[in-house]
Amino acid sequence: MLTQQDFKTDQEVRWCPGCGDHAVLAALQRVLPVVAEKLHYNKEDFAVVSGIGCSSRLPYYVNAYGFHGIHGRATAISTGVKAANPKISTWQITGDGDALAIGGNHFIHAIRRNIDINILLFNNEIYGLTKGQYSPTSKFGSVTKTSPYGTIERPFNPGELVIGARGTFFARTLDGDLKLTQECLLEEALHNGTSVTEMLLNCVIFNDGTHSHFAGRDARAEKTIVLRHGEPMIFGANRDKGLALDDMKLKVVNLGENGITDKDLLVHDATEPDTAIHMLLAAMKSPDFPVALGIIRKVQDAEYNQKVQEQANEVFAKRKITTITELLNSGETWEVK
Amino acid sequence: MANFTERNDIVIRFSGDSGDGMQLTGTLFSDTTALLGNSVSTFPDYPAEIRAPQGTVAGVSGFQVHFSSSPIHTPGDYYDVLVAMNPAALKANARWAKRDATLILDSNAFDQDQLAKAGFCTNDPLVELKMENYNIIWAPLTSLTKEALKDSGLDLKSVLRCKNMLALGMCYYLFNYPLDHTEEYFKKKFAKKPQLVACNTTVLRAGYNFAANTHSFANTYKVAPSQLEKGKYRIINGNIATAWGFIAAAEKSGRPLFCGSYPITPATGILEELALRKDLGVKSLQCEDEIAGICTSIGAAFAGSLAVTTTSGPGLSLKSETIGLAVMTELPLVIVDVQRGGPSTGLPTKTEQSDLMQALYGRNGECPTIVMAASTPSSCFHYAFWAAKLSLEHMTPAILLTDGFIANGSIPWKIPDMDSYPEINPPIAKEGENYLPYRRDERRLARCWAIPGAKGLEHRIGGLEKDAIKGNVSHDPLNHQKMTELRAAKVAKVVDFIPAQEIIGDKEGDLLVVGWGGTYGHLLVAVKKMQKESKKVSMAHFNYINPLPKNTKDILGKFKKILVCELNMGQFASYLRMQFPQHDFLQYNKVQGLPFTVEELKIKMESVL
Repeated sequence: MLTQQDFKTDQEVRWCPGCGDHAVLAALQRVLPVVAEKLHYNKEDFAVVSGIGCSSRLPYYVNAYGFHGIHGRATAISTGVKAANPKISTWQITGDGDALAIGGNHFIHAIRRNIDINILLFNNEIYGLTKGQYSPTSKFGSVTKTSPYGTIERPFNPGELVIGARGTFFARTLDGDLKLTQECLLEEALHNGTSVTEMLLNCVIFNDGTHSHFAGRDARAEKTIVLRHGEPMIFGANRDKGLALDDMKLKVVNLGENGITDKDLLVHDATEPDTAIHMLLAAMKSPDFPVALGIIRKVQDAEYNQKVQEQANEVFAKRKITTITELLNSGETWEVK
Repeated sequence: MANFTERNDIVIRFSGDSGDGMQLTGTLFSDTTALLGNSVSTFPDYPAEIRAPQGTVAGVSGFQVHFSSSPIHTPGDYYDVLVAMNPAALKANARWAKRDATLILDSNAFDQDQLAKAGFCTNDPLVELKMENYNIIWAPLTSLTKEALKDSGLDLKSVLRCKNMLALGMCYYLFNYPLDHTEEYFKKKFAKKPQLVACNTTVLRAGYNFAANTHSFANTYKVAPSQLEKGKYRIINGNIATAWGFIAAAEKSGRPLFCGSYPITPATGILEELALRKDLGVKSLQCEDEIAGICTSIGAAFAGSLAVTTTSGPGLSLKSETIGLAVMTELPLVIVDVQRGGPSTGLPTKTEQSDLMQALYGRNGECPTIVMAASTPSSCFHYAFWAAKLSLEHMTPAILLTDGFIANGSIPWKIPDMDSYPEINPPIAKEGENYLPYRRDERRLARCWAIPGAKGLEHRIGGLEKDAIKGNVSHDPLNHQKMTELRAAKVAKVVDFIPAQEIIGDKEGDLLVVGWGGTYGHLLVAVKKMQKESKKVSMAHFNYINPLPKNTKDILGKFKKILVCELNMGQFASYLRMQFPQHDFLQYNKVQGLPFTVEELKIKMESVL
């Protein structure tokens, strides 16, 4: 069996000390051997594609077929890899700028096509490699080098974007939770369709602590909820809080108060095709709500390459033209003697 | 019908509203002439709007067919016969009439309303256009069609859509052509709608009979079959030929064909044909935009496909950055630019050659690629094949330039024998090798292509500068200099693998006419005419632009004058000046969205001699 070591390269990892990217790299290198085992891949069957940004350096550190693309185009490039060779387990590394600003169009259209690529969306809410400008996920009012008086732009929530485009897989994790990150990555690989995991990462240099009000070690239990398919939505250090639906809206309830039991709570169904509840869950913001983590949405739908293959099989079964010579001689032709 | 005059060649132009079916009419007519052995060349000329305001000059759609008993190379400058379905069509084409032209006009369509829409001031358009002395045939196409189909049960709109077939029937009578081929077409096209087969056949025959019975034409004509080289022929246009060239290259290389693209006029026909060819294992992906078109293709190239992307000028602009990525990662990738009038959206349906500089230089950094151009509709097959071969074997992107004129124009084509095409052997890395991504072979300087799925060849490449051997990211100053020089040298070395530049005519003389790409036919005819008049004029028409063939320098030195003719403001002339500053390059340029005419070329050649 392959090990984490098999997926390491001799390249020196050059992210800043304390950057959340290190944790995701470690998680990926641990998950790939498991994916290989479960889906019968060999080491040479993995491709890791990226765009531009701090996170997009990651392919150089994974001993697989790696392609470091250009800014914003990772999704289109990985789509090409997977469309050309569906047998390759294709992983895409991208950031909040790469995927949601310059590459926003490719991102939503890959999701629409539902091609089986595994996207790792590193979200640190800042442009790091260009040294600190606001990104499409920076909080409203963020003071950055290009918003010295605070941004006046509303941020994207990547989950709402994915689910709004009827994405079939969306998960969210924290750089500080290696176990959950590995779980999400493994589920991405097992899902047949475009899967997106949003990694909430810390940029120690330009946006330190942007997620810590809910992701910090002390806050995490009270301020986040890890959703598990089939289980009631409970959170809190003492597991004394839950999520219920009230008048089409989510509501935080305290278990034991007013006779509320876990029977009154929502039970997470990641496989529900309707997007409404998933959208509400993905949109939850601290401090009013716990931030949703884990597999928020995982539904089965037609996968792009599978449909391509079905069409090709149909055409092949009935085909009359099998070579270029037959094509050249097909249709209306005449002989000059 | 016993009396007819033999003619060597005829140019006929079908012209009407965008919705009048002129493209189909012209295509059916040219198919018939080709099947009967004539040399044929066609020129579809249509507006950018799908249905421009009815009856206006802006909305006129035309299809010109040149057919002959001897080899021809252009769709002709001026027409012998014009079919005008309305006053606007007459007005739009007035200036292209030969002195003794025959005009077939739909008399029903020349009412006050239509005359006003076409911008005529009086009720006598022929006088206004000073065309009253032409051979005018008034035919009530609309009412005859209605009459012919009165018992058909077809609704009025559908009835009126058949009137182009009435005009076509008349033309078949005029040139003594049989109707069978077109009737066969109806049977195939409307196999599931027998009513339409019957109606179109009825109207076609009605047109033929009307011309016969009313003695519409004082004379009818016959154009004898052309002495074409023996063999099997078909009609082909440039876009289909381009698509097929890539399919041929995929077969010869054993690499699966992938095309990521985005619809754009006039290149879309290539993507459409490739989308159809699932029977030959072609994968096509219509992307969300031009950039995704080339990016999916580069992903496919990384994954081991023969990757192509197709576009026109504005799309080439959008693809620039990714072409740079292909140059940097040294992956094979063919970019087809079917040129149209620019800049910006420009003239989407009209031809031009103004993307040459963009193809050569339109990228950031020192970023050389192979640049080639096809020169006729059928040669698109050949050059698409060769662009793919060179790109695959030299591990570098290649840009293939065609244009709206050859992409949409069609000609009879002697079907090539695929045994006469060479194998394609891309340098694919083998399992078990100690793979170094940027190690090169000496002859081509091409690196090896390691394809995902191959054991032990895992590697990382990307847009950052790479170490000359290992391919790891390198910011070393001397390495960057070395890599920049290597990428240039690799493209320059392609010169050893392309044919020498041919000269049409004597190897030395008073004037060398230089052209490239889709102007071939017009230049050839003009030069041949000059040669017939014993002028010392020769022609060099370029298909390989970067690199230029080795003997280019020798050729240029043998003529007193050099005239570079192109449908732009002098881009190839500037390129030649850069490479051969010792020569004086005269220019002849045209940017009207139209091909050259033989006449204007000849006048220019005479003036510089």
